[in-house]
Amino acid sequence: MSDSSIVHAHQFDDAEQQHEASWLGMWVFLATEVMFFGGMFLGYTIYRSTYPEAFADASNHLDIWLGTINTAVLIGSSFTMALAVRSAQLGARKPLVRFLILTLVLGALFLGIKFTEYYAKIEEHLVPGSNFSYAGPLGRAAQIFFSFYFAMTGMHALHMIIGLALLTALIVKAGRGRFSSVYNTPVELVGLYWHFVDIVWIFLFPLLYLVGRHLQ
Amino acid sequence: MKSDHVVSIKLYSAIFGALLVMTLATAGAAFIDLGGNLNTVVAMLIAACKALLVILFFMHVRYSSRLTWVFVGAGFFWLMILLSLTLADVLSRRWLPTVVG
Repeated sequence: MSDSSIVHAHQFDDAEQQHEASWLGMWVFLATEVMFFGGMFLGYTIYRSTYPEAFADASNHLDIWLGTINTAVLIGSSFTMALAVRSAQLGARKPLVRFLILTLVLGALFLGIKFTEYYAKIEEHLVPGSNFSYAGPLGRAAQIFFSFYFAMTGMHALHMIIGLALLTALIVKAGRGRFSSVYNTPVELVGLYWHFVDIVWIFLFPLLYLVGRHLQ
Repeated sequence: MKSDHVVSIKLYSAIFGALLVMTLATAGAAFIDLGGNLNTVVAMLIAACKALLVILFFMHVRYSSRLTWVFVGAGFFWLMILLSLTLADVLSRRWLPTVVG
């Protein structure tokens, strides 16, 4: 697809090389994101191995059904994002805008459910700090679990919010017809980012919500 | 261009369906006491399978250039260094008696 009609920056031989460079650049960024979240997963693993009973007990205070529904919602948004990228590749403008909006709506729904859960945790005094209260002898270690819960889901939610901003920009550009079957790199790269955020949640869900169900 | 491979809606739908089934499977398996650490092992195996499907198909890595594979693999490899070397230290500390002074 080395179509000479596609504009490319002067440091590239052709549009194809430019496209490949964009993809590799995005993957390098995602590798740094893997390291960023990896540190938190590592800290979680160390403290969970130190206080296994408290992590199992504290995990049961999370709403497993809201967690499962939210996982399905986020996977659904990844599905619609994949279809948006497909529409962009085919140069189908209206389906592209439609799938991007659908992805945005599902992403917002995920955050809505997440913040409902946060609100419940505030009401139950499960936010680490001076208002934290937890019945039983496991309270101190349970506070560590909830520190990880809020740090990891909070960082994930921040990535979702950034994703929603990127999607909004894409919807505006797609509506103006900026993307075609030959040029759609921004749609593909935001797609990669969105799927990455989905993968982080795929691991957060069992590690935070499913630790101690079988012990109840 | 390889990375511009257009995946069929049918395949995307099949991946989506598989991801939903695995989500229900992992939530269901969490209620069954498999004994020992097996619950965690099963949950992480299912999560790894889900992540692999997303990476290979939704993120188009299956259809990407060899160089992309190297970059993706490097990210995973460095994560494994981070996890394995740190845990090898932290988890093995308790095997030895603590010497004070």
